Amino acid sequence: MIRTPLRPLARILDARRRGENPDAIERENLRLRNEQRRDRARARAEGRLLVLALVFFGAFALVGARMGIEAASEPREPRVAASAGAAISAGRADIVDRRGRVLATNLVTHSLYAQPPLMIDPPRAARELAAIFPDLSEETLLRQFTTPGRKFMWLKRRMSPEQIQQVHEIGDPGLLFGPREMRLYPNGRLAAHVLGGASFGREDVRAAEVIGVAGVERAFDAELRDPAAAATPLRLSLDLTVQSAAREVLEGGVRMLNAKGGTAIIMDARTGEIVTLVSLPDFDPNARPLPLAEGDAADSPLFNRAVQGVYELGSVFKAFAVAQALDEGLIDLETPIDTRQPLTWGRFRITDYRHRGNSQPLWEVFVHSSNVGTARIAQQIGAERQREFLEKLGLLAPVPVELSEAPSGRPLVPPNWSELSTMTISYGHGLSSSPLHLAAAYAPLVNGGTRVTPTLVHRPRAEPGPRVISPETSAAMRKLMRGVVTEGTASFAEVAGYAVGGKTGTADKPRAQGRGYEEGKVIATFAGAFPMDDPKYVVVVTLDEPVETSGAEPRRTAGWTAVPVAAEIIRRTAPLLGLRPQIARPAPDAITPVRSSARN
Amino acid sequence: MRGFVYVITALAVIGLAFWAYRETHLTQQSVAEMRSLHREISSLREALDVQRAEWAYLNRPARLRDLVHLNYDELGLMPFSSEQFGEIDQVAYPPPPPVALRRPIEVIGQLHAGEDDG
Repeated sequence: MIRTPLRPLARILDARRRGENPDAIERENLRLRNEQRRDRARARAEGRLLVLALVFFGAFALVGARMGIEAASEPREPRVAASAGAAISAGRADIVDRRGRVLATNLVTHSLYAQPPLMIDPPRAARELAAIFPDLSEETLLRQFTTPGRKFMWLKRRMSPEQIQQVHEIGDPGLLFGPREMRLYPNGRLAAHVLGGASFGREDVRAAEVIGVAGVERAFDAELRDPAAAATPLRLSLDLTVQSAAREVLEGGVRMLNAKGGTAIIMDARTGEIVTLVSLPDFDPNARPLPLAEGDAADSPLFNRAVQGVYELGSVFKAFAVAQALDEGLIDLETPIDTRQPLTWGRFRITDYRHRGNSQPLWEVFVHSSNVGTARIAQQIGAERQREFLEKLGLLAPVPVELSEAPSGRPLVPPNWSELSTMTISYGHGLSSSPLHLAAAYAPLVNGGTRVTPTLVHRPRAEPGPRVISPETSAAMRKLMRGVVTEGTASFAEVAGYAVGGKTGTADKPRAQGRGYEEGKVIATFAGAFPMDDPKYVVVVTLDEPVETSGAEPRRTAGWTAVPVAAEIIRRTAPLLGLRPQIARPAPDAITPVRSSARN
Repeated sequence: MRGFVYVITALAVIGLAFWAYRETHLTQQSVAEMRSLHREISSLREALDVQRAEWAYLNRPARLRDLVHLNYDELGLMPFSSEQFGEIDQVAYPPPPPVALRRPIEVIGQLHAGEDDG
């Protein structure tokens, strides 16, 4: 920059010549110079302010933009940290049996939805879809696709991979897929009533909730959905092979005996683990049928007879009266009981199926199932004590088993527990309970006298429950139940190698409407345990309206219907349960002569 | 001197910028790789679940029972029953080793000796 001198010589000389003050020139120049300096300083300060303003603007704009982006974007899992994501992403935990075999698992499949505005050729899409899915009609689809204002519609909840491929091949951009987790029950009907079923809860295009609708799926819904526990399967006490064998036998029995239905329960006599729970008719939990809109719920295959079906179970209840009388020391096995026929109480008459004399020892009363004899014993016990005892056995409240249906299996108790009720309840009429109640109540009679709580969860170690009867009474009951099989009404229950014991019950079915009982319609029950010297498992088999028609006239008693089925179930399942048969083998040849000489 | 410092600083900034760029790039590459591995793992896991479900489906007792019935001639499988349990002393001792044939006379002698015992 060229500095202008303050006193330029040319102008000074010029001014002197004209007689002006040369200092004025200097001042003038100084003023100009100061103005220039001021202007420069201002321009620089303004420039700095501008830069500063730009920096601040940029910084605030960045913060603002970032906030806007954060607010508007989809939340997303941090990818780097979620390396253990696989365990979390798996939706619902599996259900396995006691040996880890899969009972319920998940499959990833796809659902199909349509966005009509994106469709290129709705008539063609409708035609092709109707060809792939027989349950969709072309006209309805086309009408839905062409309804103005319709932006979105579900077409299929679940599809097979083949169907997905076929829909892909239609190639319409308006047909879209959403991933779905589907609950799969690979064993089909096998444990339908235990597992229940699952369906979709809240649905979205990208995912859907799977919720349990019945059975353990519903009872354990929260645990199964817990993302932290998704990797550990729920282990049930069921045994798949035993369940399968029991179901096969029971199904054969129900068909052969023309029964409406049946149940089979095998329960661990000490831990209360339910190894098998079959209720027929059953259903496929993969395609759970809809509940009946009208009629009796008990006719639906969804009805779990073993838990929800409360019936008067008949003579199997005699075991409770006898056990209580023995435990309280009122009688012993040889006490003679008055069995004169009929026993009249007011307008009510109690008779036996077959009259066997006017006085029988307790042993025969139980083994030949005398109603009159049991009613006499119940009279000695009295209403209040009988009620307490049955309550201790858990027969007056719903079974606390882990099924969502369990609370609906509430026993039907007489509103007024009179002496007549006491007498009829002693032989199993007047109090309705479910087969599972019976299994839970029979366990203490045979296991040494401690109460068990039925459970469907694998629980190999269980503390013995509170004592219900003394070990001696339990031993006496085992002897009595074994007697029923060796010389009484359940003679068909003899299974080689497994000393089966139990009690039969044949109860007339009450009329659906009105009072009294149906003619020729019975509930046949066998409740027992094996092996009787140290019972491991309690068995209950119930058949609804069975008829055995091999003889001259139809036979309906449990000894001809439920007992053979129960025996076959025990014969098939006991080896599978790992029980070693106790079979008296013929001794080796070398010892035989010694024995025979010793006997002579 | 001052110019030298400027040049060094500028070079350092360029160098650091290049390093930072490279590191970012490498990180992004690793993240992308990890993402694809994750995707592969989850798809494999899914496939494993499908296999497990299929295994359970193919091993369902109803199907095995049908197969046993269909192949009864070949396999002869029966339901497990109590007769199939045995005691250890029911198991036979192994049969005596076969007689070594060296000379016919010796064999006849051995056979006769055996008959005498019986």
